[in-house]
Amino acid sequence: MASLRHGPRPWTFYALATFFALFVLFLYGPMIVIYVLSFQGPNGGMTFPINGFSLHWFKALIEQERTGDIAGAFRRSLVLACIVGALTVLLSVMAGLGFRRRFRGASFVFYMAIASLIMPGLFVSLGIGIGFQMLGIAPAWYTSALGAQLTWTLPYGLLIMFAVLGRFNRAYEEAATDLGASNWQRLTQVTLPIVLPGIIGVALFGFTLSYDEFPRTLLAAGSTNTLPLEIWAMTTNVTSPALYAVGTVTTIVSFIVIAAALTAIALIERRRLRRISAAERTIGED
Amino acid sequence: MSGWRRLAKLQPQIISWLEVGPLALILLLFFGVPMLIVLGVSFFDYGRVQMIPAFIFDNYIELFTSSLTLRLYLTTLKYVVIVWAVTLVIGFTVAYFLVFHVRSLLWQIGLFLLCTVPFWTSNIIRMISWIPFLGRHGVFNQALMAVGLIHQPLSFLLFSDFAVIVAYVHLNTLFMIVPIFNSMARIDPSLLEAASDAGAGRLRVVREIVLPLSKTGIALGSIFVITLVMGDFFVVKVMSGGQSSTVVSALSTEIASLQYPPAAASSVILVVIVALIVSAILRLVDVRKELTG
Repeated sequence: MASLRHGPRPWTFYALATFFALFVLFLYGPMIVIYVLSFQGPNGGMTFPINGFSLHWFKALIEQERTGDIAGAFRRSLVLACIVGALTVLLSVMAGLGFRRRFRGASFVFYMAIASLIMPGLFVSLGIGIGFQMLGIAPAWYTSALGAQLTWTLPYGLLIMFAVLGRFNRAYEEAATDLGASNWQRLTQVTLPIVLPGIIGVALFGFTLSYDEFPRTLLAAGSTNTLPLEIWAMTTNVTSPALYAVGTVTTIVSFIVIAAALTAIALIERRRLRRISAAERTIGED
Repeated sequence: MSGWRRLAKLQPQIISWLEVGPLALILLLFFGVPMLIVLGVSFFDYGRVQMIPAFIFDNYIELFTSSLTLRLYLTTLKYVVIVWAVTLVIGFTVAYFLVFHVRSLLWQIGLFLLCTVPFWTSNIIRMISWIPFLGRHGVFNQALMAVGLIHQPLSFLLFSDFAVIVAYVHLNTLFMIVPIFNSMARIDPSLLEAASDAGAGRLRVVREIVLPLSKTGIALGSIFVITLVMGDFFVVKVMSGGQSSTVVSALSTEIASLQYPPAAASSVILVVIVALIVSAILRLVDVRKELTG
């Protein structure tokens, strides 16, 4: 088994690499097909062969022929995702820090978060929908749907913070205190900068999970749809490549967000490595 | 500030409560309370479009005496078992490849991200993307006919159990890969080397070292996949073409016709069953340490 790390690759490497490649093809192949199909000409159908090339179906989206209020839903989803992302970061970072001490009720909150994570989203949505109805409050995307989505993003945020803070070396904080830092200074100048890549990860989860959330929002969004709800409506009544065009647009947004988050994390890590090696050189010169 | 500090010394717990409080409050308001509402409503009576507050067991009696319930649960179980088995095999194999066969850390992170990126994109779009692929005139049939493997397009590919399972595997395998990858990444590679030096073959190393040491990851992944498949309704609705129903997809139809009390009762039963399954898995494997780091 030493050959796993050194020397020629074992035959299992090639077998497993092939398996992995097939899996990636399975994962991305169909998605790529619909992106290609969304760029068809006006006579394009739902499958191959491709019928010309144009941006016709994207224009159809904006002009809202037969497709409902895609532009409005898109705008709402973006705003909501930003709010959910920001709240998820704020609340899960705070809670993550709080969980580092023992406190009464810790396991109750923990189990509630886990239950919220694995509860079928439709049930949460049903409860919130009925609750708002009982209270006589009209559900809306910025109230009930916001709350519904947080029940999904907060547990993820909390678990990520557990993982991030679990690896965090508290000696840095002790050193900061010994050097005379106040609690606030220690938090903002030592703890948060160190866990920043993890916090960006939480933001990525918060934004994308909200942006694509569907079952929890279904009965909690009120009279105006978010984008996934609009797409859901389209799956039943739109049988044109406009459906694929929506897919292409929404995936591009997701990819931009993912790329931005991963690049930010990579840049922070690289800068950190550079500083560490610079510091080591200075120490070496002493 | 000095008041705060005195308070902090007196009760470090208070700081934790203040920090965890907002998250706990939101979960309580938008998860805890709504779940209690569903429980309460499951005992309500109902008319054609409205709920009638009551405390009756009719909704439950209806559920337990209807043969439809059993059929729905059997269909759900069928999907759960097949999807669980397939995602487990794929997830384990992919994680094993990434952890033990990819030598460079950079490649490992890169390929791992390649598997996780779809998680951050829309599930509905990923599901829809199988339609042009599996249809009668879809990519798959065209390819099979082009190479001469078949002469008639296969019609069972789309709007069938097959399509439902393909979509589930496509959407959920990730939830197996990530936790199993995490477990495997913590296995000390020298363990494998020692076993190999002692004369164990590859398969035996996997069976007797890798498998037992990644069981927390397998348990976590199983909880995710099982609860996701049990809770789904839109994949069944779209990919079976309306030919197949699971518990939750039938329930979503009841919700659409505003029959909340029976839908609530059905939700309660499903939640109880899911809770039993999850606690059975937790009894087999303690995953708490894995979650809290």
